[in-house]
Amino acid sequence: MTDDKSIHVPDAPFRPGEKASFGKWDYAPGDLEKPDPEACSSDDTRAHAEGLIRVLGDDDSRSGAWDPDIDDGILLEGLEHMVRLRIFDERMMKMQRTGKLSFYMRSLGEEAIAIAQTMALQNQDWVFPTYRQPGAQFVRGRDMVSMICHCIGNVEDNVKGRQMPVHYTYRDGRYISVSSPVGTQFSQAVGVAMASAYKQLDEVTITWIGDGASAEGDYHYALNFASVYRAPVILNVVNNQWAISTHANLASGSSTFADRGLAYDVPSLRVDGNDFLALYSTTQWARQRASTGKGATHIEVLTYRAGAHSSSDDPSRYRPSDESSAWPGGDPIDRLKRHLISVGSWSDEKQEALEARIDGEVMQAYKEAVKYGDLAEGPYPSSDTIFTEVYSEVPWHLREQWDEMNRLRGD
Amino acid sequence: MSEMNMVQAINSALDVMLDRDENVLVFGEDVGYFGGVFRTSDGLQEKHGAHRVFDTPLSEGGIAAIAFGMGLNGLRPVCEIQFADYIFPAYDQIVNEIAKLRHRSGGEFWTPVTIRTPAGGGIRGGHHHSQSPESQFTHTPGLKVVYASTPYNAKGLLISAIESEDPVVVFEPKRCYRGPFYGDPHNVPTWADHPDADVPEGHYTIPIGQARLAKEGDECTIVSWGTMVHVCEKAIEMSGASCDLIDLQSLVPWDRDAIVESVSKTGRCIIVHEAPKTSGFGAEMAASIQERCFWGLEAPIRRVTGWDTPFPHTTEWDYMPSPSRIAEAIRETVEA
Ligand SMILES: Cc1ncc(C[n+]2csc(CCOP(=O)(O)OP(=O)(O)O)c2C)c(N)n1
Ligand SMILES: [Mg+2]
Repeated sequence: MTDDKSIHVPDAPFRPGEKASFGKWDYAPGDLEKPDPEACSSDDTRAHAEGLIRVLGDDDSRSGAWDPDIDDGILLEGLEHMVRLRIFDERMMKMQRTGKLSFYMRSLGEEAIAIAQTMALQNQDWVFPTYRQPGAQFVRGRDMVSMICHCIGNVEDNVKGRQMPVHYTYRDGRYISVSSPVGTQFSQAVGVAMASAYKQLDEVTITWIGDGASAEGDYHYALNFASVYRAPVILNVVNNQWAISTHANLASGSSTFADRGLAYDVPSLRVDGNDFLALYSTTQWARQRASTGKGATHIEVLTYRAGAHSSSDDPSRYRPSDESSAWPGGDPIDRLKRHLISVGSWSDEKQEALEARIDGEVMQAYKEAVKYGDLAEGPYPSSDTIFTEVYSEVPWHLREQWDEMNRLRGD
Repeated sequence: MSEMNMVQAINSALDVMLDRDENVLVFGEDVGYFGGVFRTSDGLQEKHGAHRVFDTPLSEGGIAAIAFGMGLNGLRPVCEIQFADYIFPAYDQIVNEIAKLRHRSGGEFWTPVTIRTPAGGGIRGGHHHSQSPESQFTHTPGLKVVYASTPYNAKGLLISAIESEDPVVVFEPKRCYRGPFYGDPHNVPTWADHPDADVPEGHYTIPIGQARLAKEGDECTIVSWGTMVHVCEKAIEMSGASCDLIDLQSLVPWDRDAIVESVSKTGRCIIVHEAPKTSGFGAEMAASIQERCFWGLEAPIRRVTGWDTPFPHTTEWDYMPSPSRIAEAIRETVEA
């Protein structure tokens, strides 16, 4: 039996030792018009689901129907958050390598996504992230010290050392607790949005899922329920090409991830995920649909996972090491920076100064965070936290076991 | 014979079975090109071809469902669920479908699926990379359930599972993939020089349903499985008592006769598992043992288990049964 007559198993486009080359994109900022968000049907978005919405062109200028009506002040704020996230990630990764964190996951190359999309929302909107959208917390004003305390799992970790690093929870920012089982948030977000609709509040829910996790049932439940109940939700698939070592070719057989939404009658867009402006404007568009009762929008965010999956991963085993530099979408921070410089709102000197300032901010925050305990020496949250908040009250059988643990601890 | 760690032993079992039976297929998330996030299928795609060892979409429900279909249609699918914590999207397919096909079809159809999954704590994995959900499967008629503890039994049990005409869930203690664990996180031995790391290169089996006497004694019977077998070994040493240490290996069906025989000899029994106490497999065993040994028992049967709480991240050493906690239970039981 020959291979092609047997089970067809797709492969990644490039493997270690091969030269990665994606060519140049044919998509340009002027390609796609912007349908009226309140009057558009899913069919009206077919071209958007099959093409690519861009605003920042190859010449670093902004143009086209999707150019959002925002000034450079907002872009500079976005740039600052992206730089903050990148430097934060670099520092945390160094900490991980020197044994100061047990585990870490970066957002390298994907910084624009959660930052631009959260900035395009209102503060009352719910954010339902995966581990690759920590940047939304900066937008919502979370203190970096508390983020680091969580990653260390020290006494100031607001989730009390119960979760692995990068599984943030930030209620004040309406940033819902990250859960390890991938995909679960996607359909839960539809319920959050339905509750907002029931309460007749102007609240929208945004959520993300990876290309890999979009193969889970939750992705399909979400699209179906959101379509049936016209839930005010923004459903994003972050197609960063990889799910650990598994290429997106194994996640879906359709030509784009976006076009799967059309079958559920949910308007669907495909957006350049390294283009801050395009992300901002598609999210604004989706929010307008949601907040005017028109229901869900499905967005494929096209990007590339430039770093390893996590600190436990070694991508050189399954993809060419230069693959990320061959990605036609470039780097989100570089692109926004070059644009702002080209219009005279920014400069390389200012960028350097910004990076230096944030580097100091991150170091400062780290030093403060380890005052509350580091991974090697602790102090950790008390092991009493094993027994608290399992239920709203402690039942007798947990009480007994808790007493036994205390006795064993010598309390 | 050659010295293998548990990862290599599992890899060898898969390799042997891919060689012996062209109907064996191996698949799961990151299992193909990369060889698995724990490296258990390293090199197998290259050797046996991508149509026999392959990556799947990230969908445990889908993985279990295609395994059901393949097994029904004459193949011997061996699928991996990357972490036992992620088996639940596949739960419906396993519990309602794979487990019941033979019975519901009047014996006209069956599906000999093998589901391998790394389980257990001790790797700072928090509540979603540490659970031991074996009793959620032992409570399902139609499934066989095994739990490895050493390179030698990991390979022998896995081959038996693949050759079984029934579906089998194979739990692998990930903490022991590269070395036994004696309850001290600062002491990280490898499998080097361990007698159970001496593994035949070829085909051999450990029958499903057969326990293993890991240590012999006469004052107390300790029954355990997975990582805890090694922790119990340490605990017995600390307690100074003379104990039978029985590595259960198979949970369904379990080797009741071997345990009843041992408890009839010692008059005492402690069951140790990482999973939470309530409805843990230890409860089933304690009930069955007292039905047969009640009049010969010198002390109540005890259970030393994980707490009835989610598995923690930073405080995991206060969660997992420790050698000193088990040793105390042994002393109290022996003195009772
Ligand atoms: C239900 C479940 N299965 C498997 C895993 C293990 N796992 C963690 S991340 C990951 C890959 C996710 O890839 P993708 O969805 O593309 O997101 P990305 O990491 O690229 O952001 C896998 C398989 C998990 N966390 N949850
Ligand atoms: Mg991905």
